[in-house]
Amino acid sequence: MELKFSADFGSSFKKEGAFDKSMLYDLLIIGSGPAGLNAALYAGRKGMKVGVVSGKPGGQVVDTASVENYLGVSFATGEALVEQFMNHVKTLKIPMLNDADVEAFEKKDDGTFELKLLGGDVLKAKALIIATGSKPRKLGIPGEDQYAGRGVAYCAICDGPLFEGRDVIVSGGGNSAVEAAVDLAKIAKSVTIIHRSQFRADQIVLDQLNAFNNVTVFLQTEIKEVIGEQLMTGVVVLDKETGETRTVKADGLFVEIGHIPNSQMAKETLKLDNHGEIEVNHLNETSIPGVFAAGDVTTVPYKQIIIAAGEGAKAALTANDYVNRLKR
Amino acid sequence: MALLNEQLQGQLKEVFSEMKNDVTIAVFTQKGACYSCEETVSFMEEVEALSDKIHLEKLDIEADSERAKEYNVTMTPSIVLLDADKKYVGVKFNGIPAGHEINSFIPGLIEVSGAGEALPENYLEQLNALTKPVNIKVFVTLSCPHCPGAVQKAHKLALESDLVDAEMIEAQTFGEISDKFNVSSVPKIVVNDKYEFVGNQPLQVFLQEIAKTQN
Repeated sequence: MELKFSADFGSSFKKEGAFDKSMLYDLLIIGSGPAGLNAALYAGRKGMKVGVVSGKPGGQVVDTASVENYLGVSFATGEALVEQFMNHVKTLKIPMLNDADVEAFEKKDDGTFELKLLGGDVLKAKALIIATGSKPRKLGIPGEDQYAGRGVAYCAICDGPLFEGRDVIVSGGGNSAVEAAVDLAKIAKSVTIIHRSQFRADQIVLDQLNAFNNVTVFLQTEIKEVIGEQLMTGVVVLDKETGETRTVKADGLFVEIGHIPNSQMAKETLKLDNHGEIEVNHLNETSIPGVFAAGDVTTVPYKQIIIAAGEGAKAALTANDYVNRLKR
Repeated sequence: MALLNEQLQGQLKEVFSEMKNDVTIAVFTQKGACYSCEETVSFMEEVEALSDKIHLEKLDIEADSERAKEYNVTMTPSIVLLDADKKYVGVKFNGIPAGHEINSFIPGLIEVSGAGEALPENYLEQLNALTKPVNIKVFVTLSCPHCPGAVQKAHKLALESDLVDAEMIEAQTFGEISDKFNVSSVPKIVVNDKYEFVGNQPLQVFLQEIAKTQN
């Protein structure tokens, strides 16, 4: 067997970088994906007292098998890229609180913010950057929830190994869907991509897919229902060209149809658009002064690693200006 | 050949310097067909060599059946972490904790050594209110980045309560039990073989499922 170790012990063991839950931070960054980490880097370099509060270290990039469109990095696994980000941020000894779920935040009368964590802890800061990213969008069809974890899956690199030698379906037509199909094609007996319209994936990714002979593609085809008994056994699809309904048999369905923003903690306090994304201006300012947002959780278009990272840098610089103005 | 490269060894030595008390790794194997037993023992030997506070005991599930029973070990390879008094504290790994799971195994050693952080008060209150035994199974694959988080949470709960027993189960090594619990997404958490959820959910969700076993 092949033994690999993907060590990431976080900063929680490093004494000098330990997260102090009682101090008043200049800036607390919520989220540790590309936006949050780059914000931490820029804020740290400005000399701000900054901390990162993170649920899932690295954000959703760690679920990506390969990244080939980050400038200067021709190929990296999602995790390896995140590790480089983390190591870079760690050189500044920025404290990180992992496995922390932020419930809500509140602006106090003195202008500072309180972050309320699940479990009861309260953290304090002069400014906040919300960089909580997004989570996989569900199909929203009958049977999906019933068979979640019983065939329906949302993370190809996590659950792919469980479908060795079996038949799987990938739902979606963007880069994430096609990349998942490429990964699964190496493990599964067969992969069927089902997408309701045309491919949106980059040509270079589609070329990789075409190299496999165990992949079938149904475009203009909509998944209507997940069916099964104890476990899922297939899906019912509608062929939009012929109007016909039929069943496609499979043991697994990987849903890769985009993401929805993790903006729950802000829904009572910040202005969101009708997709639930936090509205920001070109300076990453939200509807509350002192609260900034960056990355996939915001209205900024094109959810890309490099764009999220750039937005994080911008948010940190604006937050630094904001905190400096408070001192005057 | 060394499984842990020099860089990783260096990292681990630094991490282990934070250990408070001694920890014993009891590794159970079995003669004959055992997927990854040999690798698991080599891995544990290398880990033992990195700290004076870490001790290794190699056991056989049949020859040492009393000990296996004491720690509720039913599969091989299985790794049980014992505290400074060589007491079982409910922290167990079934299958080799390689790949991403090194990120639950190493923190597990630190936690069992007594150097972990305290849980928030209201979680402790919920744990102290338990009256019946609780078993938490966390099914993982070695390529799953958020599985170690779920394993760590389960182990933390086990450490803080004498009634909680928590075990990682590597789903590919133990296909039969994974099929029994219909594991097709990881991490999958099963409490007392009955209540289940998928994903590295907040501790509150673990505690909610645990509460269901107390009626």
